[in-house]
Amino acid sequence: MASTDMVRLEDLHTGNSRLSGRKHVLSIMVENRAGVLARVAGLFSRRGFNIDTLAVGPTEDPEVSRITLTIDGAVHPIDQVTKQLHKLINVLKIRDMEPDETVAREMALFKVSAAVENRAEIVQFAEIFRAKIVDVSRRALIVEVTGSHDKIEAFESMLRPHGLLEMVRTGEVALARGGD
Amino acid sequence: MRAADALFKSLEVEGVDHIFGIPGGANLPTYDALVDADLRHVQARHEQAAGHAAEGYAHASGKVGVAFGTSGPGATNLVTAIADAMMDSVPTVFITGQVRTDLIGTDGFQEADIVGITMPIVKHSLLCTEPEHIPEYVHEAFHIASTGRPGPVLVDIPQDLARAEIDYQERTEPVDLSGYKPTVEGNLKQIRLAAKAMANARRPVIYSGGGVNLGDASAELRELCASDKFPVTSTLMGLGCFPADDEQWLGMLGMHGTRTANYAMDEADLIIAIGARFDDRITGKLSEFAPSAKFIHIDIDPAEISKNVPAHIPIVGDVKLVLPKLTREYQTLQTDSSRLDGWWSRIKAWQGEYPLTYEPGGPGEIKPQLMVQKLHELTGGDAIVASDVGQHQMWAAQYYGFNQPRRWINSGGLGTMGFGLPAAIGAKVARPDDQVICISGDGSLIMNIQEMATAVNEEVPVKVFLMNNGFMGMVRQWQELFWSERYSGVENGPSPDWVKLTEAFGAQGLRCEDSADLEEMIVATLDADGPALLDVRVSPRENCYPMIPAGNAARDMVG
Ligand SMILES: Cc1cc2nc3c(=O)[nH]c(=O)nc-3n(C[C@H](O)[C@H](O)[C@H](O)COP(=O)(O)OP(=O)(O)OC[C@H]3O[C@@H](n4cnc5c(N)ncnc54)[C@H](O)[C@@H]3O)c2cc1C
Ligand SMILES: Cc1ncc(C[n+]2csc(CCOP(=O)(O)OP(=O)(O)O)c2C)c(N)n1
Repeated sequence: MASTDMVRLEDLHTGNSRLSGRKHVLSIMVENRAGVLARVAGLFSRRGFNIDTLAVGPTEDPEVSRITLTIDGAVHPIDQVTKQLHKLINVLKIRDMEPDETVAREMALFKVSAAVENRAEIVQFAEIFRAKIVDVSRRALIVEVTGSHDKIEAFESMLRPHGLLEMVRTGEVALARGGD
Repeated sequence: MRAADALFKSLEVEGVDHIFGIPGGANLPTYDALVDADLRHVQARHEQAAGHAAEGYAHASGKVGVAFGTSGPGATNLVTAIADAMMDSVPTVFITGQVRTDLIGTDGFQEADIVGITMPIVKHSLLCTEPEHIPEYVHEAFHIASTGRPGPVLVDIPQDLARAEIDYQERTEPVDLSGYKPTVEGNLKQIRLAAKAMANARRPVIYSGGGVNLGDASAELRELCASDKFPVTSTLMGLGCFPADDEQWLGMLGMHGTRTANYAMDEADLIIAIGARFDDRITGKLSEFAPSAKFIHIDIDPAEISKNVPAHIPIVGDVKLVLPKLTREYQTLQTDSSRLDGWWSRIKAWQGEYPLTYEPGGPGEIKPQLMVQKLHELTGGDAIVASDVGQHQMWAAQYYGFNQPRRWINSGGLGTMGFGLPAAIGAKVARPDDQVICISGDGSLIMNIQEMATAVNEEVPVKVFLMNNGFMGMVRQWQELFWSERYSGVENGPSPDWVKLTEAFGAQGLRCEDSADLEEMIVATLDADGPALLDVRVSPRENCYPMIPAGNAARDMVG
């Protein structure tokens, strides 16, 4: 673009990055006050943005909580999402986590029906995925697994054929790598 | 000091001298403190109207409008006004009473979760949980309501907290919120780029909006426009930010805008959006909106930029600060305005071919457009005009011709019928020395007609000009044009008798049924002592044109 003299209109372009086409992990620092989660969640529903996963918890600063949420950038313009979030007075900081520079983890508990003849196989899967058996009863096992979203998806698909009775997942939490 | 008294001390520190409201159980302590407070309370007859009056006050004065309501129904009655203030970015603070803290969550008498109910329609809200918070929250509320992109802030105060004793100290330092830092300056590099793009444009249009009025930047806009022969249009909310009698004025744009303004947008090579938000009443069919244009978008709210139409040169900042910089940068380029001659001859041709016009009426018939033209004439074109919502609003916008900012007060974003009369009252309270008129329709006016009592009792001499067509005219028009004339729910019938109704309130009621009497009756109404209403029987089935049918493109204007 001609930066000196004149600017030709035909050389002007928009950012044109409305849909990124991938999953985004947003890390949102908010004031630790009553009602803040409702404001964030309400904003998503009002603007028609769909949250895929959501995790909320304290941070190193007792006055600040962190909301980590994942959202599909193929459907929603992430730029609009973050700009609208920034307008909430209680939102202090938003980080759209770069996949390569982020450690993201999710935890899940799976309750599988485990007849005696299946148990060995389930224990084997658990070992491969570095999952833990955290409860054993006559008919069922509870397995705890931590990892990336994809790893948990993979583990779930291994367990499903064995009779998945119940499962619960936390939603991803994430931190940027490095020292700042 | 009692927290309720501290509330008023804090309001005084904020420079508040008028509030609008209605008391009730949960805000009794506040109303008790009001007895000793040094400001004027205007007692409305419905909380919705108190809210609109606060909006009218804000529009007319540029100050923050304040409305009070009690808990439960008082608070829920405020909801429409809060939503309205949000849509039109009106700086307002709503202070509601709440049930005692020990009753919250128990479905206590007159309990409503007003903070929860209004969450999607406020700029911010604050629920007091400690009495000491009250002064602090008031200052935060005013800071948030009046800075950045203005908007409504709700402060909800439980009754027991308002009664508590606190240690009050007047706040002297400015509010500082770590999560709220509006960008106001505008990036100079972007501003330079914008100036250069403008210098190189052959078919530029300045698309100005409500942000210019909200940011008190009308003078700055005029200066920018005077630095070259830029054609200027405004949205409904922007009217008055640029003088309607100026040669560079194209008229309003959008659904009921002029053909010239809409055609100019359609053929522009560069659109400079200034405090305007690309509403669908402007863009029509998005994919066919201004197909040849590049966009400079100046707005204080970053989320508005590229929300509907991607911007080529975004500038986040306050128009009041950005426009002078842009003008300076533009002037250093020393452009030759003759490059716009071709563009102007095209524009002039449209202006000649498609002026705003209407068929003259039959003998004695009062055309609604004529009524607005007469109002313009007889008020010297310089009244503050509050409007309701419907055809009369569009005719007022088209034919009054606003030359100054803060003269045109209406509900654009939410389109709230019932806005006009209370907004006029608020405006008159703010600007007692200005002529304040309300242009209304028979469907809208009755939605808040009880405010005639406010006008009479509080001695606020607003003049209501009722464009009485007997219909929910705007909806009737749509049913006629787009729903095969299957009329449904749009006939208002003969009730009420507006003159008697007005008289029952203790105001002067007049009627005009013949165009020959129109001037005389308008003058009589303007000259009446105190509030007055003129019931003008206008052509019942007149349609408002021109018009871009919803979802169509600008070149498909009809009428
Ligand atoms: C029956 C009916 C018909 C209508 N027909 C039309 C029509 O034909 N034409 C039309 O134009 N409208 C029409 N409207 C109104 C329409 O719905 C919108 O309300 C209007 O177009 C919005 O105006 P705006 O873009 O100026 O934005 P506003 O709602 O006035 O918003 C102001 C913008 O300026 C920004 N801003 C605020 N302060 C500042 C500052 N200090 N510095 C920089 N930016 C700032 C805000 O962030 C915002 O983006 C109609 C409404 C009704 C009810
Ligand atoms: C509170 C509310 N209800 C319904 C509408 C839908 N509506 C828009 S215009 C209109 C008719 C307005 O009639 P009137 O006030 O008589 O004005 P006219 O169009 O006849 O000038 C209606 C019902 C609205 N805008 N606001």
